Amino acid sequence: MDWLSKNLPFLLAGISVGGQYALIAIGYTMVYGILRLINFAHGDIFMVAGLMMVYLSASLPIYISIPLVIILTVIIGFTVERVAYKPLRSAPRMSVMISAIGVSYLLQNLALYITGGLAQQYPAIPWISDQITVFGASTKRVTVITPFLTIFLVIILVLLIKKTKIGMAMRAASKDFETSQLMGIKINNVISMTFIIGSFLAAVGSLLFFSNYTGVTPTIGTMPGLKAFVAAVFGGIGSIPGAVVGAFIIGICENLVMMANQYISIDISNFKDAFAFLLLIIILFFKPTGLFGEKQTDKV
Amino acid sequence: MSETVLKVENVTMQFGGVIAVDNMNIVVNKGEIVSMIGPNGAGKTTAFNVITGVYAPSNGAVYFGGKKIVENYPQGKMKKLYKGENNGMYSHSIAPTPDKITQLGIARTFQNIRLFKSQTVFENILIAEHLRRTSNLFTATFHLNMAEEEKMRREADELLEILELSDVRNEMATSLPYGKQRRVEMARALATKPSLLLLDEPAAGMNPQETDELTAFIGRIRNDFGLTIFMIEHHMDLVMEISDRIYVLDFGKTIAEGIPEEIQNNPRVIEAYLGGAVDE
Amino acid sequence: MKKKRDLIIGLALIVVLLVVLRILEVNISPQSQWAMLLTVLKKGSIYALVAVSMNLLNGFTGLFSLGQAGFMMIGAYTYAIFTIPVDQREMVYMYYDGGIIQFALPAVLGIILAGIAAALFAFLIGIPVLRLKSDYLAIATLGFAEIMKALFQWDSLGPLTNGSNMLRSYPTPASASVIYPFVVSGICIAIIVMLINSTYGRAFKAIRDDEIAAEAMGINLAHHKRIAFTVSSFFAGISGALLAMFQTNVQAKSFNSAMTYEILLIVVIGGIGSVTGSVISSFLFIACSEWLLRFLDEQHVIGDFTVPLLRSGFRKVVFSIIIMVIVLFFRQGIMGTREFSISGIIDKITGKSRKAKREGGNS
Repeated sequence: MDWLSKNLPFLLAGISVGGQYALIAIGYTMVYGILRLINFAHGDIFMVAGLMMVYLSASLPIYISIPLVIILTVIIGFTVERVAYKPLRSAPRMSVMISAIGVSYLLQNLALYITGGLAQQYPAIPWISDQITVFGASTKRVTVITPFLTIFLVIILVLLIKKTKIGMAMRAASKDFETSQLMGIKINNVISMTFIIGSFLAAVGSLLFFSNYTGVTPTIGTMPGLKAFVAAVFGGIGSIPGAVVGAFIIGICENLVMMANQYISIDISNFKDAFAFLLLIIILFFKPTGLFGEKQTDKV
Repeated sequence: MSETVLKVENVTMQFGGVIAVDNMNIVVNKGEIVSMIGPNGAGKTTAFNVITGVYAPSNGAVYFGGKKIVENYPQGKMKKLYKGENNGMYSHSIAPTPDKITQLGIARTFQNIRLFKSQTVFENILIAEHLRRTSNLFTATFHLNMAEEEKMRREADELLEILELSDVRNEMATSLPYGKQRRVEMARALATKPSLLLLDEPAAGMNPQETDELTAFIGRIRNDFGLTIFMIEHHMDLVMEISDRIYVLDFGKTIAEGIPEEIQNNPRVIEAYLGGAVDE
Repeated sequence: MKKKRDLIIGLALIVVLLVVLRILEVNISPQSQWAMLLTVLKKGSIYALVAVSMNLLNGFTGLFSLGQAGFMMIGAYTYAIFTIPVDQREMVYMYYDGGIIQFALPAVLGIILAGIAAALFAFLIGIPVLRLKSDYLAIATLGFAEIMKALFQWDSLGPLTNGSNMLRSYPTPASASVIYPFVVSGICIAIIVMLINSTYGRAFKAIRDDEIAAEAMGINLAHHKRIAFTVSSFFAGISGALLAMFQTNVQAKSFNSAMTYEILLIVVIGGIGSVTGSVISSFLFIACSEWLLRFLDEQHVIGDFTVPLLRSGFRKVVFSIIIMVIVLFFRQGIMGTREFSISGIIDKITGKSRKAKREGGNS
């Protein structure tokens, strides 16, 4: 029991943060699946969602500000795609990636300007942020809710992609961009939809994430963003279940690093963030297409 | 019987469950122009890619100048999947990268012209000189080996002169008309000083007049450079006029081999190649 | 004849430039509003070097690497670790009993060592990473930079790196005089340019244009990519050492991904594939962010009217918007892939055609 209460918080935190990474990772993996673009700004969309919640909840009741934040985040995600990526559709891939980095830089600097660089306190959301006790370990309710909510949303998403027309169009576009266009798929709508779904999930992810880690700073999106991308690569980019599995693995593993840190004499806590990248390099070395990815070959 | 330059021995190339090249056996002798024909998707370019080291074959070997340069056998995932012939005949894996093959003296052109787009014709040719460099990173960077640098430039210019491309020397390679681009690509391949030249559909997209010029050009470079040429081509006029021997592929299999007259009268070829095309 | 003329003019211009810099330096007092100019010149020259080194990879070899800040950090740390005077070590490494290194190298050796250390790391990292294609390479190099950052802050390496504490008190000639970073960066950039114009540089460009065709030309991809990666990191390491001098202290956490992004944006603004573009854009970027747009960060009152929006941080917002405009609408950057050359300008003035210059083979 003692062992459990000492280690359970790490496991719970791992599963919970894994779920939050998963919600962000889906945005990466879907966009990459269709556009072959690492949307570097996705982590910053997540940060912006957090920041908007801080400011909106200051003047509006929580039950209004939550849906408002989600709607606004979706609008921002949609706008970013239309303004910064759509004009570069026929440009080399490097240009689009650079544009994504530019958007990330812009969003961070905007956040810096608005917040003045100070960490903003995320509002406590009733019920979600309450303290509860699980097997003798004290934690916030959000920790327990996250994995279930994540899996629930993923199931809905998978159904959406499997059963609906727009889902079919998405699958077609990610298989073969050009041909799907020839088959009469309105590619711009598909791409917009992808960004809308990605931003929606990132907004939900930010609600959950910041209920746990309550300081919102302009650069806070970078690390979860990169890790979520690593999760997407780890699971095989383009694959939604892959991204979810990858995200949970990364979330749990990095908390296992913290757990192990209690038992060994040297301090390894600052490798928590680096761990995800180590995992990335290992997977790229041995199975570059990730756990569930499909092999692609260059045509000569 | 003259000396064998290229020998493709029992080569099978299987992608997943699909066999692209099925137990291919080809011999090209010194000084010959040998053509490989067949409908689209017959595995011709794949065969080139095996010879030049882009793909390691699933099974089989390739010899160049009597020396084995490529060999492979079904291994890893392919071990279970392999459904070609001659399984168990080979036990080594020799898989050089394409640059090694080029260094041995096999040069190639590509079906969909691959010139260096940001560079002039001269610079495109000059790149081929890099593989004969004697200077290392240090001496090259600090220009300590100017004699070599000048030799590279001189040789590239000489080649342009011989191939009558001097007039477009400073043009951007990809701004040239299609036929000229093909010629530049061949010049670039020749600049690596090969003894065997592989041409992948050199006449693709050319009009009859350009094709005639190309026919003469290929014959000329064979003689002037003492080359052996192995090519993939669809233009039958060109193939029949210039080839010493012809191989016919269909669905990865070699269905006929012989001198042009024999191929023209071979019922299997007519059925597979022309008949098949009519059916479609 | 022509080459000789260009060489003489070039050397003369360098001498003039150094003299002008010296005059500026002597005459601008630290209190004057022009003092910022010196900072811009120093930092700009340091960023010029790292931008050119990144351009060697991204622009000339076509390798989209995002590890530049990481290699700068290795350079900065190497320089600092090996040049802190012995009598200062007790104070700098106060948490680690003065550290394990008990000697100090002269600054010049420290700089060279900084480059070598970064190159060595790059060589090792390159073995697994350079097999990856475009965006995978980008994310893997970014990841390695993060791992390095964590490693350098690791408590167990404290006796060497001082853990998460600052390194300082090392010699800082690049901060003292503007001539120093100019000369060091200038020499390094000249070497990179010579490399680009050599047969190896041609091989790099071939790889950038078409890997498959380059390989068919007998160019060993792995070998040449490794050379480009290692050489680029060598110079990133040196610029890291210069930056360490300029800042007078080093801390691993400042070498983050945002820094790499900034360097990348400098390269993009200057023109991917143009050395002179990178240099010009470095000075512009640093001048705008450190100096020219500073007024945007302060409140201005004209009569009774307070100019809206202007407060701390607004400069960076404006700046990011400018960058986005360049990325979206002027994708070629300032220079595209062209180069700015004195000889070209002289030719233009004297009315000689561009063709004449091309006869030399380099465009």
